[in-house]
Amino acid sequence: MKKRIIIRFKKNMIDKPIVYRLAKDFNLIFNILRANVLPKADSIMVVELEGSDEDYQRGIEYLVQTGCDIEPIEQDIKRDEAKCVHCGVCTSVCAPSALYLNRDTMKVEFDYERCVACELCVRVCPVKALNVYFDY
Amino acid sequence: MKTIDEINEKIRSGKAVVVTAEEMIEITKEKGTKKASEYVDVVTTGTFGPMCSSGMFLNVGHSKPRIKIGGGRCTLNDVPAYCGLAAVDIYIGATAMPDDDPRNMVYPGAFKYGGGHVIEEFISGRDIKLVATAYGTDCYPKKKIETYINKYNVNEAYLFNPRNSYQNYNVAVNLTNRIIYTYMGIVKPNLHSANYCSAGQLSPLLKDPKYRTIGIGTKIFLGGGVGFVTWNGTQHNPNVPRSPDGIPRAGAGTLATIGDAKQMDPSFLKGASFIGYGATMFVGLGIPIPVIDEEMAYFTSRSDEDYWAQVVDYGNDYPNRNPVSLCEVNYAQLKSGKINVNGTEVPTFPISSYSKAREIAELLKDWIISGRFLLTNPVAPLPGVGSEIKMNALEVRDIENP
Repeated sequence: MKKRIIIRFKKNMIDKPIVYRLAKDFNLIFNILRANVLPKADSIMVVELEGSDEDYQRGIEYLVQTGCDIEPIEQDIKRDEAKCVHCGVCTSVCAPSALYLNRDTMKVEFDYERCVACELCVRVCPVKALNVYFDY
Repeated sequence: MKTIDEINEKIRSGKAVVVTAEEMIEITKEKGTKKASEYVDVVTTGTFGPMCSSGMFLNVGHSKPRIKIGGGRCTLNDVPAYCGLAAVDIYIGATAMPDDDPRNMVYPGAFKYGGGHVIEEFISGRDIKLVATAYGTDCYPKKKIETYINKYNVNEAYLFNPRNSYQNYNVAVNLTNRIIYTYMGIVKPNLHSANYCSAGQLSPLLKDPKYRTIGIGTKIFLGGGVGFVTWNGTQHNPNVPRSPDGIPRAGAGTLATIGDAKQMDPSFLKGASFIGYGATMFVGLGIPIPVIDEEMAYFTSRSDEDYWAQVVDYGNDYPNRNPVSLCEVNYAQLKSGKINVNGTEVPTFPISSYSKAREIAELLKDWIISGRFLLTNPVAPLPGVGSEIKMNALEVRDIENP
């Protein structure tokens, strides 16, 4: 399976090589999409993990036991459906096409699975309907 | 041949056939224009896009003692409003920005809050902070005021938009090697994106390309409420290249519109921020088109393939006013997601909301069917094809040697 998750960890954990463990002990292919690791504050990492279902589950268990918080990516990138006018401006900057126009409804759809949390859409949305809740 | 009065009679008696422009395309494919013109009475249209030339007049009422804001200065939620009018009449434009907004000093600017946002908040019924300074007169002694206004305690509040509902528009590309931030959104370098801004087959003025039924006085859907066409819009230019049947192949006609802001709906009037460009406002607008004869059945049933637009370089040509079109594309191509620009496949992105345009056309259709919205005869026509109008450019003269 392949999944994108957000890993949050406390400042006292930055000396633990968690990504190395994921690869070495659990055979998980990792791709760090985004990271903000700080010595004196809580840190955050957006990672794509790929491996067998069993390895993935064990890897996540390891992270939780170590003290990390695991969140699905859609929890931190949200579109305010009441604000969105479906103009399509965000689709022009979304490289992985997580935001795309449904050609039948001509509405903008958001496929969270494809989002890499680059936040470009947040900056360009004319009505500020897209928000990121990563607290660095 | 039907008159608008006859159509209104049918609306009143619940017998009118009212369809959206999308439905009209299908009906005419099936029946042909002759039969469709007999069957259909009204075709509804819609558009929802950023329209910078929009704003709102307010009369805020008189304080005790009185203040003459006219000739002074005032802000609404820190956004400057125009007050070169009578004592308590002001105008807030969609692109106005607070004095302390950094604008493009930190490029590209975010333009988070401007006049369009003030108007959206006002229409939502929220309190708006009014700050004004005046020079004081014998009859208007107060020199400073700080208070809140809202749509329930002001006198008049009406949108007056000098230019709405462009009949067709450019498609923006960027031939330079750097990203550009424009009113057409972000345009990627080296021809890597093409941005367009028209509802195409749903767009009001494209469905009446020769302004036969839309004129001064026409009642319209504006910002979720009822409005009217007051004049041709600024830069109204009927004399652009047209297809043999008369459909303009570039930005042509425009409308000046008016409407009571108090009955409008913030879901059809939204403050907007265009990164690196400025603050503006999305305006939702729809116009019912009476199918008075076969020609109007023909025009109201044209589809995206019949509407052509010019592809323009916003990297160099547009800013330098070079009137160059790279090629022509139609809205069916634009809506498919990619166009071909002289041999290069370019992905396309909309700036205006087609789904909102569709919602407006549907809503207007419901209003007419239910009898709450009747059609109007224009009191005067808009300048049409062959009128004297030509676009003047501003030729900059030397101040010392004019």
